[in-house]
Amino acid sequence: MADIGATLDLADRTREADDPHSPVVRFGVHKPLRLDAGVDFAPLQIAYQTYGTLNAARSNAVLICHALTGDQHLVNDHPVTGKPGWWETMVGPGKPIDTERYFVICPNVVGGCMGTSGPASTNAATGMPWGLDFPVITVRDMVRAQAMLLDHLGIESVFAVAGGSMGGMQVLQWAASYPQRVFAALPIAASTRHSAQNIAFHEVGRQAVMADPDWRAGRYFAEGTNPRRGLAVARMGAHITYLSDAALHRKFGRRFQNRDNPTFSFDADFQVESYLRHQGITFVERFDANSYLYLTRAMDYFDLAGDYDGVVAEAFRGAPTRFCVISFTSDWLFPTSESRAIVHALNAAGARVSFAEITTDKGHDAFLLEEPELFAIVRGFLEGAAKARGLPAR
Amino acid sequence: MLSRLKYDLTMAEAARGPGGSRVDLLVVADMVQRGARVLDVGCGDGELLRLLESRGVDGRGIELSREGVNECVAKGLAVVQGDADTDLEDYPDDAFDYVILSQTLQATRRPRAVLEHMLRIGRHGIVSFPNFGHWRIRLQIFFGGHMPRTENLPYAWYETPNIHFCSIKDFRELCRAVGAKMEQAVALNPWGGRMRLKMPWWFWNLFGEQAVFLLSRQN
Repeated sequence: MADIGATLDLADRTREADDPHSPVVRFGVHKPLRLDAGVDFAPLQIAYQTYGTLNAARSNAVLICHALTGDQHLVNDHPVTGKPGWWETMVGPGKPIDTERYFVICPNVVGGCMGTSGPASTNAATGMPWGLDFPVITVRDMVRAQAMLLDHLGIESVFAVAGGSMGGMQVLQWAASYPQRVFAALPIAASTRHSAQNIAFHEVGRQAVMADPDWRAGRYFAEGTNPRRGLAVARMGAHITYLSDAALHRKFGRRFQNRDNPTFSFDADFQVESYLRHQGITFVERFDANSYLYLTRAMDYFDLAGDYDGVVAEAFRGAPTRFCVISFTSDWLFPTSESRAIVHALNAAGARVSFAEITTDKGHDAFLLEEPELFAIVRGFLEGAAKARGLPAR
Repeated sequence: MLSRLKYDLTMAEAARGPGGSRVDLLVVADMVQRGARVLDVGCGDGELLRLLESRGVDGRGIELSREGVNECVAKGLAVVQGDADTDLEDYPDDAFDYVILSQTLQATRRPRAVLEHMLRIGRHGIVSFPNFGHWRIRLQIFFGGHMPRTENLPYAWYETPNIHFCSIKDFRELCRAVGAKMEQAVALNPWGGRMRLKMPWWFWNLFGEQAVFLLSRQN
C-alpha cells in the first residue's frame, strides 16, 4: 500500500474539522454539552447541512442521523472527495425523503471529523487537535448535541428521524430520550445494543489503528504523522462486515485483477483484494483515525436496555412516536433478529410499529444502495405519517 | 399469492359491499367499535386494516408473507412481519380491544393456542373462516370420496396452506374448550350475503359457507 503515502500538512488535515464546508453553530461555556462520561464539554461546534424549506408551522423537519463513517453531506457532493452525497438515492426532490416536502437536517455527530467537535478539532486550550484528550462520547451524547442543534434552529419537534446502522442507534436513542420531540422514527439495519461480535470487529479495527507506528499514541497531528495504514486496514476489515458473502462473490468471485495468472507474490492478485485496498485508501483521505476510535467506541457502549433496568420496552413506554423498523435479509452485522428485538420491545410498550425485512444480498450496506423495496416502504411510511401529522399532501 | 390469504375468495370477491370492500371484511369491520385498538393477525395486503382505519380504528397487523408486509407498510399501515403461531406470545395481556383472525385460523399450526393468545391479548376476538360443514363440502366427501375442492377452496390436499379446517360446529366446541364467550355470529351464504334469518346452528353449519364470530373472554 505504498500509494497511500501522500501527506497533507496539518492545516489541510484539520480544515474540515475546524472550518468545514457546512454551516456551523457554536455553543459557548455557558451552554456545555453534558456527556455521559461526566464531562461538561464546551465550547461545542456542530456542523450540519439542511435541504428543503422549513414550513411556517415548523412541523416538516426530518432529522437524518449518519452512520459510523458517514457525515452531514447527505445529498450534496462531498467537499473532500467530490463524490455524491451518501444518501442521495433516498433524499432529494421527489425522493422517498422528499426535500420538496420536508426540511431535512443532517448534522455531523459529536466525535466526528467533518466540523462537529471531535478529536481532530482544535482544542482552544492548547491550539492543537484534541487527540485522545477528547472525552469519550456515547450515542446518547450525539443525540443530546443534536437536540441542542434543533433548539438552536427553533424546531420543537421533528416530523421524522431516520438513519441506518449507527444512525439507527441514534434514531432509537432519540425516541427513548425525547419521545415528545419525535413524531415518526425510522431505525434501519439497527439494534438496541452492540453485540459481542460487533464489539469484537470494532476492537480489531481500533487495534489496527493503534498498531500503526504513525499513530503515536494519538498525537499524530503534533508529530506530523498520520496512521494511514492502520486506518486503511481497519476500514478494509470493517468493509467486509458491511457486505455479504453472496455480494462479494457476485461482484468479484475469484477473478484476477488485470492479470491472467497468479503472480506467486503478495501483490493484489485478486479483484477483491484490489477493491478492499482501494476502499482503505479512499477512506483515509477523508477520515480521522482518532475519530474512528471514538465513534466505534460510542457504538460499542450503546445498550438501550442498560439504561432501563435491562428491559428495552421501558425505553419506549408510552412513546407517542410511530416506528418503521427495517432490516435486510443478508445483513449479518445487524441481523434481522436484532430488528425483531426492537419490534418486540415496541410492541410490549404498545407503540405503533411497522416492520419489514427486505430481501437483498447486499448485506448491511443495503440501506445506502439502490433498493426499490426500501424506497417504497420509506415513502409509504412517511406518507402515512405525514397524513397523521396533518402535513399538506404533495 | 399471499401465503396467509388462505384461499381464493372468488365468490366473495364478486360480492363486494358498499365502498367496494369484500363482504366478509365488512362483516368483521361492523363488529369493531370506532376508536378501538385492533390487531389483525394475518392481515394479507392490508385491505381489512385500511377499511378499519377509514372507520377511525387504530389498527395494527401481523403478516407472514414479506410481500404482504411491504405492501402494507408502503400503504402507511402499521404492520410487522411475523408468524401467528410463534409471535403472539410476544404481545402483552390486554394490549388490544380486538384481535382479528380473518381467514387465518385454519392456516395456523396450533389453532387452539392461537385462539387462547388472541383472547389474552385482546378483550375481544373476531374470527372468520370457511365452514367445512357446508353441504357442498359434505357432498364431495360423501359422494366423491375425495377431499373437497370448491371455487373458494381450490387447493389439492397436498398443497393447501389450510391445514386445520373446521366446521361451524367444530369451532363452537373449540370456543367452549378455551372458555370463549360467543357474543355474535354471522354466516355468509355462497354469494357472500349475510344469512340474517334466525336459524338453528345445524342450519348455519349446513348452509353457511363462511362464518364470522365475535368472541370475548368468559369471566
